[in-house]
Amino acid sequence: MPVQDISFRIGGEAGQGVESSGAGFSLALTRAGLQVLGTPSYYERIRGGHNFFTIRTIKRREPVLSLAEQVDVLIALNRETIDLHKGCVRPGGLLIADEALGAGEAVAGLDLRLLALPLAEIAEAHGNVVMANTAALAIAAAAVGLPLKYMLGVIETNFGARSRAIAEANTRVATYTYDLATETFGLAFDAPLGDCADAPPRLLLGGNTAFGMGAVMSGCKFVAGYPMTPSTSLLEYMASHADRWGIVVKHAEDEIAAVNMCVGASHAGVRTLTATSGGGFDLMVEGISLAAITESPLVIFLAQRPGPATGLATRTAQADLLMAIHSSHGEFPRMVIAPHTPEEHFRTACRALNIADKYQCLVLVLSDQQSASSFASREKALFDPASLEIERGKWLSTEDLEAQGGYLRYALTDDGVSPRAIPGSHPNAVFLSSGNEHREDGHITEDPAIVRAMAEKRLAKMRGLEGEVRPPLRHGPAQADLTFVSWGSSYGPVLDAVNSLNASGRTANMVHFVDLWPFPKKAALEALGGARRLVAVEGNATAQLASLIRSQTGILIDETILRYDGRGFTTEFILAGLEG
Amino acid sequence: MATLQDFAVDVRPTWCPGCGDYGIWNALKRAFVQAGFDPEDIMMVTGVGCGSKMNDYMRIGGLHTLHGRSLAVATGFLLANTGRKVITVHGDGDGYGEGGNHFLHTVRRNMGFVDLVENNQVYGLTRGQVSPTSRAGFRSSTSPSGALDRPINPLALALSQGATFVARGLSLDLPQLQYLITEALGHRGYALIDVLQVCVSYNRAMSYDWYRERAYKVEEEEGYDSSDQAVAMAKALEYPGDGRIPTGILYRTEDVPAYEEGIAALSAGPLVEQPLRTRPIEDYEELVREHM
Repeated sequence: MPVQDISFRIGGEAGQGVESSGAGFSLALTRAGLQVLGTPSYYERIRGGHNFFTIRTIKRREPVLSLAEQVDVLIALNRETIDLHKGCVRPGGLLIADEALGAGEAVAGLDLRLLALPLAEIAEAHGNVVMANTAALAIAAAAVGLPLKYMLGVIETNFGARSRAIAEANTRVATYTYDLATETFGLAFDAPLGDCADAPPRLLLGGNTAFGMGAVMSGCKFVAGYPMTPSTSLLEYMASHADRWGIVVKHAEDEIAAVNMCVGASHAGVRTLTATSGGGFDLMVEGISLAAITESPLVIFLAQRPGPATGLATRTAQADLLMAIHSSHGEFPRMVIAPHTPEEHFRTACRALNIADKYQCLVLVLSDQQSASSFASREKALFDPASLEIERGKWLSTEDLEAQGGYLRYALTDDGVSPRAIPGSHPNAVFLSSGNEHREDGHITEDPAIVRAMAEKRLAKMRGLEGEVRPPLRHGPAQADLTFVSWGSSYGPVLDAVNSLNASGRTANMVHFVDLWPFPKKAALEALGGARRLVAVEGNATAQLASLIRSQTGILIDETILRYDGRGFTTEFILAGLEG
Repeated sequence: MATLQDFAVDVRPTWCPGCGDYGIWNALKRAFVQAGFDPEDIMMVTGVGCGSKMNDYMRIGGLHTLHGRSLAVATGFLLANTGRKVITVHGDGDGYGEGGNHFLHTVRRNMGFVDLVENNQVYGLTRGQVSPTSRAGFRSSTSPSGALDRPINPLALALSQGATFVARGLSLDLPQLQYLITEALGHRGYALIDVLQVCVSYNRAMSYDWYRERAYKVEEEEGYDSSDQAVAMAKALEYPGDGRIPTGILYRTEDVPAYEEGIAALSAGPLVEQPLRTRPIEDYEELVREHM
């Protein structure tokens, strides 16, 4: 049992505080200087709404890249958790449960150690029966040797400001159970997990939150959206920070309204953002075309989940890549970025708002449930507000407008970008923007020469966007027997697979695309052209990135490892796919 | 002080001779002048349809959007810049059909802009199909046997959702329409003006004379109280119907705050005039610490 690399799973019914327990325990581990990756999971189809939360923690400097298929510690808040997950516990692992759950007979014959105490009774005696989850986590902390102070610190953070009584009751429950478990069971593994006092300060956060934080810091002033899992937490993040940070957040009547509100606000001159998932994005597609022809900057955060239609509402997928690139009628420039880590989500918020402003175009940020709802420990230094530089592109000041004596909103320029002016900010800044094809002054026209010139002007911005596009990330030896090709949240599991293969004497590397449109053709050719064996790893059934690469470069990737069961990639899944 | 000439552009309307849109066009410009607005003060958001080309034919701030979406676009614009006077101009298919959902929600929010709906009870730009306000039995290219749908009642619908300014105008009565627009421009919150207009090409049965015979002004009725919602609702239910058509300001209250008045971020002025970062950059560390 590697004591430096421990996976936990907490399971229970909806309402038992599974997600808050998982997030809280993850934060305690993060504060202890350990690296953490935690992901909630919801079984919609099982009666009672079974939820579980998986955490992997590693004592090292590098972040945790992927979750493991098996866990070392199963914390069961109800009997169902034992029945569903006992098979996922590694031999010699731990099962933590209330004595009353009858865990002993459920796991008879399995190679795992049961750590059972009367959790509900303890919680009731020292606080409140709802704090049984706190008691269960305290057993886990004691068993792995996580100092109690980190648990108590999180209890203080979560409840201290809300209610002294609740914070103190939880503290009593945690302290009593921790001491009792230490006395009764001792340390479960060879050495305590302990803490890393010299670790740099770290945050615990997921993609949606990191993106929201970056957006607030980068001057996003207007957000309109409609809740849709797994994008909702971004909308909620912006709403909860709106009043303090001077942002207007509108929960619209539907996604059609949301995207059109963004177009209106963008036309007015502020930085705008909307967030949605597949079905909501479908509704936004017409609005995208309006943003395109009126050249209104627009950032859409699209958190993918499996479709079609409702599909699997709370699970993950990477099946909207080609839709993102090709959505909406007509031809117009856009950029598609798929951030792969929390810090990349953070930076992408600023970058997307900047690029949308500079090229007066759509920037689509393609995330997924796996990135959106995970909790990962990340160094604080990666989230420096001062590192985000705001670029707003070409604007005319009132002095410019005065000097010009007039204003052509859609002036034909070499780079296709016409300087903007705040509508009505000056007597010369009076102009029409139209969803119909228009002249340089914005008024409607069907003149074939102008129609052609306007189409070319808009598409000329693709050249500028091509200059913004970054080459794919590459990891592993320059020459390898095997090259994985990936995008989005599968980055971590693929990198773990690469490391694992190289450690076992095989050679493998990876080419991971973050900027997907305009497609980095030259860089892709260079990265993939000389590869001996290419394997695309994607969370979809049709290998959409491989198809994109084929169409853009001619390179055929005919070997794939695809996952389309709604679950995120694990290293085991990738390695098994390679063999099979 | 702006004059009518200040609102003129070199683009000539493409409407049919005799179209009700000309009357609305003139009434709008006159109301802007009367209310003391300069072209840069106005943001006119339109949808798609004959009358939605209104802002192509005027020198004002304009945003000519998608069919049915003008209320949503106008909402976004207004929230980003409360320093402009926002007015939406669109047709009955646009406003009550394609944009029906936006209509309901814009009304209940009391968004602070004027919503002028050019209601000719037919689709003009697509050449004569049944609209949400067409009478039952209306024969058109998409309802050759006569429409089975009953017409929507926009004024009653708006009142039922708490509208704070509900008016009906006629494209043929320019002075009344100019008055209604001027009043609406001064209203606090959402102001609906449903303008009945002729379509000389596709709805000839409802001619100028047809309207003249049926229309009357509510304010000419003795003791009409436009602050009484129940009275207004009774008036609104008269049309669509078989009898007379009430016009004028059916209902008005200035006691309900406009939506934007309640937004904390706007207490510092229009959003577009505020700095991108409202606090010193080091203050943003607070956001980072929330996750430690």
